[in-house]
Amino acid sequence: MTNTEPSLNEPQLSHATLPRGAQWLVGVAAVALGGLALVLGVGIVGAAVIALLGFLIGYPLWALLVENRRSATDKLVTGLVWTAFAVAVIPLIWLVYTVVSRGAATLSPEFLTYSMRSVTGDEQGGLYHALIGTLIVTGIAAVISIPIGIMTAIYLIEYGKGNRLAKTITFLVDVMTGIPSIVAGLFAFALFTLLVGPGTRFGFGGGIALSLLMIPTVVRSTEEMLKLVPDDLREAAYALGVPKWRTITKMVLPTAIGGIVTGVVLSISRVIGETAPLLVASGFNPNLNTSAFDDSPMMTVPVFIYTQLSEATAKGVEYAWGGALVLFILVMVLNLIARIVGTIFAPKTGR
Amino acid sequence: MSIQVKDASIFYGDFKAVEDVSMSIKPKSVTAFIGPSGCGKSTFLRTLNRMHEVIPGAYVEGKIQIAGQDIYGPNVDPVAVRRKVGMVFQRPNPFPTMSIYDNVLAGNKLNSKRIKKSEADSIVEGALRGANLWNEVKDRLGKPGMGLSGGQQQRLCIARAIAVQPEVLLMDEPCSALDPISTAAIEDLIHELKSDYTIVIVTHNMQQAARVSDDTGFFNLKAAGQPGHLVEFNPTKQMFTKPDNPDTEAYISGRFG
Repeated sequence: MTNTEPSLNEPQLSHATLPRGAQWLVGVAAVALGGLALVLGVGIVGAAVIALLGFLIGYPLWALLVENRRSATDKLVTGLVWTAFAVAVIPLIWLVYTVVSRGAATLSPEFLTYSMRSVTGDEQGGLYHALIGTLIVTGIAAVISIPIGIMTAIYLIEYGKGNRLAKTITFLVDVMTGIPSIVAGLFAFALFTLLVGPGTRFGFGGGIALSLLMIPTVVRSTEEMLKLVPDDLREAAYALGVPKWRTITKMVLPTAIGGIVTGVVLSISRVIGETAPLLVASGFNPNLNTSAFDDSPMMTVPVFIYTQLSEATAKGVEYAWGGALVLFILVMVLNLIARIVGTIFAPKTGR
Repeated sequence: MSIQVKDASIFYGDFKAVEDVSMSIKPKSVTAFIGPSGCGKSTFLRTLNRMHEVIPGAYVEGKIQIAGQDIYGPNVDPVAVRRKVGMVFQRPNPFPTMSIYDNVLAGNKLNSKRIKKSEADSIVEGALRGANLWNEVKDRLGKPGMGLSGGQQQRLCIARAIAVQPEVLLMDEPCSALDPISTAAIEDLIHELKSDYTIVIVTHNMQQAARVSDDTGFFNLKAAGQPGHLVEFNPTKQMFTKPDNPDTEAYISGRFG
């Protein structure tokens, strides 16, 4: 063992660093590079890609020259993560912008309060009938799916605990999650053709079709929430001499209620925009139909959008965008409700 | 109430976890179970109020009598057993959705018993005083139980357990998640509770067993994978001074394993 100078053994805790705001400097340079490419006639997309590449290469390279390898890798990966994030978000913002900007002009009291009854050409009309239809059909789906879904999840988590029946149900629920939505529509259509008569299209059929799609998501989300309730708490309740069913209804469900409600609302917003099953099972109707059980078709917003778009007239396209905006607002409101409910019911820590 | 155990063996499905335990637990005394991890002392404790049945496939052979009644008899309702035999767990587990007040009343509330406000107030105050927690929380009974410190939460759990007026209190390593000061508070509490309840406590801490208990049971494993068994059951004084069994002495003096 050779005796080295103590100074050589001292750890190197500091090194040269990039100046503050280096990323902005590189960013401006990269944008300038992109601008140059634009002037040279590359096109806007190409210029953006060039600017991005310039940043992703230039910034780590500078860090490599001034700092060290680890810092350069860090800056490269950070850049890539932000790029991926932007790639994911830009289409979303773009979509929101498009729907709002093209739909806003159509959104008017008339549009919301008139049906398409006896509307020809560019006359007045609206989606009142479709809006009511969507609320009724989705409401039916929710009324069917929520109790069935929650009770199935309770069986799977609280009673089944990995026995064969529970495993089979879990498997079938997974299979149901993967059912193409149009198949659910065809099933409901076939079911009511058999029960009521050939070619039966009505609101209740649409509700059945949607509930087939909704039940698995309700089961899945409720299951996850019930799993989060610690077994400690169940045992604490049992040790107080509380029967199992009371433990479930008065302790487990209240503890998990925030997550369950959030999951249920999100599953509603998931099915509210379904088009294919409603096209098949609920049908088209230019008139207002408020009875889900009458043997007459019930219009819904997604089907309204589809019909208006296939009219291919200028007014039809406008109506389609207006319908898209209405649907978008519905889903947005439901998501907001889910958020609010989630925070209201979250167990409080009181610190 | 006294507890008589005769030839109890405990199974998880095919696996025998505890073998042939016999003992007699005196009423209004503190009985401690000590022994290495995995020797079945917690499992045995949980059979005393049929809590181990929560795990699918678990069952008991032999006889366990509380106040002369076989708690595994054919017509016995486990819920009724658990109302008489309360339990405090290793980790404090107050109900997160409930306030301190509601946590103490949980045994009544979850069973939907209707009680007058004045009666409820006196149950809460009595239980919290019994658990030495009243002075610390009396001004914030409406606050969530989760906001208390770990030691306070554990005392809240003890208050919750005694609020349903059990005869026996089982404690499964109640201090293992607590600091020394909270542990001392719980140990003082155990001394006080002894005058009203039969207490059975599982602990990893032999000094704690020596400090709080009247009788001590030492559980051990013959080998890994073998069922645990009761090596010795004697008054605590004798256990820690001149135990009958050389294995007990080896364990207590730290010459074990």
